[in-house]
Amino acid sequence: MKQKSIAIVGAAETTEMGKVPGMSQIQLHADAALNAMADCGLTIKDIDGVATAGHTPVELAHYLGITPTWVDGTSVGGCSFMLHVRHAAAAIAEGLCTTVLITHGESGRNQVGVLNRPMFPNQFEAQFDIPYGVTRPPTRFTVPVLRYLKEYDLTVEHVANVAVVQREWAAFHPRASFRDPITVDDVLNSKMIAYPFRLLMCCLVTDGGGALILTSADRAKDFPTKPVYILGTGESVETPLISQMEDFTSSKAFRVSGKKAFDEAGISHADVDHLMIYDAFAHLPLYGLEDLGFVGRGEAAHFIAEGHTRPGGKLPLNTNGGGLSYMHSGMYGMYALQESVRQMRGISPAQVDGAKISVCHGVGGMFGAAGTIIMTNEA
Amino acid sequence: MANDGRPLPKPTPETQHYWDGAKAGELRLQTCGECEHTYFPPRPFCPKCGSKSVSVTKASGKGRLYSYIINHLPTPGFEAPFAIAVVELEEGPRLMTNIVDCEQTPEALVLDMPVEVTFEKMSNEITLPLFKPVKA
Repeated sequence: MKQKSIAIVGAAETTEMGKVPGMSQIQLHADAALNAMADCGLTIKDIDGVATAGHTPVELAHYLGITPTWVDGTSVGGCSFMLHVRHAAAAIAEGLCTTVLITHGESGRNQVGVLNRPMFPNQFEAQFDIPYGVTRPPTRFTVPVLRYLKEYDLTVEHVANVAVVQREWAAFHPRASFRDPITVDDVLNSKMIAYPFRLLMCCLVTDGGGALILTSADRAKDFPTKPVYILGTGESVETPLISQMEDFTSSKAFRVSGKKAFDEAGISHADVDHLMIYDAFAHLPLYGLEDLGFVGRGEAAHFIAEGHTRPGGKLPLNTNGGGLSYMHSGMYGMYALQESVRQMRGISPAQVDGAKISVCHGVGGMFGAAGTIIMTNEA
Repeated sequence: MANDGRPLPKPTPETQHYWDGAKAGELRLQTCGECEHTYFPPRPFCPKCGSKSVSVTKASGKGRLYSYIINHLPTPGFEAPFAIAVVELEEGPRLMTNIVDCEQTPEALVLDMPVEVTFEKMSNEITLPLFKPVKA
């Protein structure tokens, strides 16, 4: 895809986030979708492409009254929306459709209108993981970390510090679930969930949604919003079983997706002004910083401890507070994309002055999948 | 025989040899006749080179504790806290398991400690491979 040929012109989250007992899952999708259309002055009649995850795009299209000529139901976990952006950009460039709506909605906390389905349907997991007491994400995603810590001579304090720094960013955001400052001691004294992970090292469980609207860059200047151009994209998958990750200290899907996006964007790491790394758990930003190539292997914890990712640092990271503090309905990738768009529009409550390039990296499943979107506000 | 309420695996034609092995007290892997790659989980072709010339091989049952968590969440069939562990076998593959005959504490569960397979019958069909520390 040609750089900057596609733009995000509409972006919005649900009207309410956090605890939303009055909305079912599909209504959260629709609420976000209508907000994104209002954001850019479009109506349902203007949308001819739809994509969503965790819910069939058929119900989404029908619920909203859209008859699309392009549909994407790629559902590989929380980074699915990064993949949708990538696929939508290619589809628009190819002429399969002109205006794509990507939605996310999830009643993670109140479970209103949720669908009964396995989290990530796959055969191996049922036979080789679940009999050993593997259940929710804290019992899976966390498993490689002791190996990572031993390999790089790090301690659990280093992981706890990730949550502390991100809380500093959350404080800027009126819509963040948790905004009060925390210390490493607070994290290490919070409830034990799955050693070495304590509650404040795990993401929130909330209700909400978000939506994006993409179209070709030559139309983008006609919209009331500041266009955010797609500069580079990447995606990959590795394994549905955490035990089968090739390397417990690094995600192959992260490395492949990140390299693809950087190559396509034709930028170096020094060009990046703002970074989002999906943080379902506090170790994710460590793997992300290293696997995307911002720091060397084993250096991410020190990089964060030295203050480079906090407000005022040289690489602002997870400036909404992340899944640990902002919100996490289950598939958080959409909220990371929303914060990257806000930063590129210059309207984030935690705005990074003069930011021109944002990298937004998502994980799907338990290191199972990855998607990377690089955006810019310069045409 | 434990019948503790946990979901048990339902073998498929491609994995039957693994579960039959466990029932017979053997940990079975597969080895590629073309590239000699030994792999897990089971499938009737080599995931490295694609060859269908693969054979079932008996593993030594010895390995090392590669990584783990100690789960504090309530879990059917388990008394929390308990460790969910990944063991790396001598032959190379890693698998998910539980560590038995061992305190479920960070002090007792030391990374890289040698472990060996043991088997627990869960039902007439299913016996689970578990691991225990190798006594010095």
